[in-house]
Amino acid sequence: MDLSSIAEKLNLRIVCGHQKLSVQVTGGYVGDLLSDVMANSREGYIWITRQTHQNIVAVASLKELAGIILVNGKDPEEDTLEKATAEGIPIFVTELSAFDIVGELYTIVS
Amino acid sequence: MNLSYENSFEIQGGNFKKAGDISVQIKKVLQNLGVPRAILRRVAIAVYESEINIISYANKGIIHIQVSPETVSIEAEDEGPGIENIELAMRAGYSTATDKIREMGFGAGMGIPNIINCSDTFNITSEVNKGTHLTMIIQLTNNQEEKN
Repeated sequence: MDLSSIAEKLNLRIVCGHQKLSVQVTGGYVGDLLSDVMANSREGYIWITRQTHQNIVAVASLKELAGIILVNGKDPEEDTLEKATAEGIPIFVTELSAFDIVGELYTIVS
Repeated sequence: MNLSYENSFEIQGGNFKKAGDISVQIKKVLQNLGVPRAILRRVAIAVYESEINIISYANKGIIHIQVSPETVSIEAEDEGPGIENIELAMRAGYSTATDKIREMGFGAGMGIPNIINCSDTFNITSEVNKGTHLTMIIQLTNNQEEKN
């Protein structure tokens, strides 16, 4: 399933990366520890996290993740947004907790 | 494939704003050189964790990368506090990170284990109050996936 369908079904707010919404999502990973995500995420995964600082962009870029979902209604920090826009990394915001959004995602992505 | 590349990148300790920039830059260069994707993934992790370690703990450091048709060699050398107990530092979950570093999602004690997992050859030397020197070699021929 592609990012735009996921965003629509799960009512995600798209904050950047509009040009990459046709990217197919192959799986997902949840984590707030960056080394954990570096080690265990795979190309094409969507990453669910509560980290909003700019270092998440490098992780998503290096691992070629499909996009990032920020939980609990938290917007990315300003410099995160700038970097993600420059790198073309889609970021979404959900009002749901990580548990709830993953529950919904799992039924449509896996 | 006629791979040949060599470059050094300076890293300032404590500059979390730039954390990951060097790794992204190196990955792009290697991608353009035509380094296979499976190798790229391993290099990206090794360089990223080295970069984060220098930013988290050292005053400053250099990451040196050399690509030949056979190998990608990465050296990460820093001036900093050094590591008192290397055996502990290599253990998954062990970390001396401050709360500030941990809050950002670093310092989980996974950096060096991740590097080891992505390297075909790994070496670490460290001197307290001087610095730490990592050597990572990734073979371009066979063995292309992560070891785990």
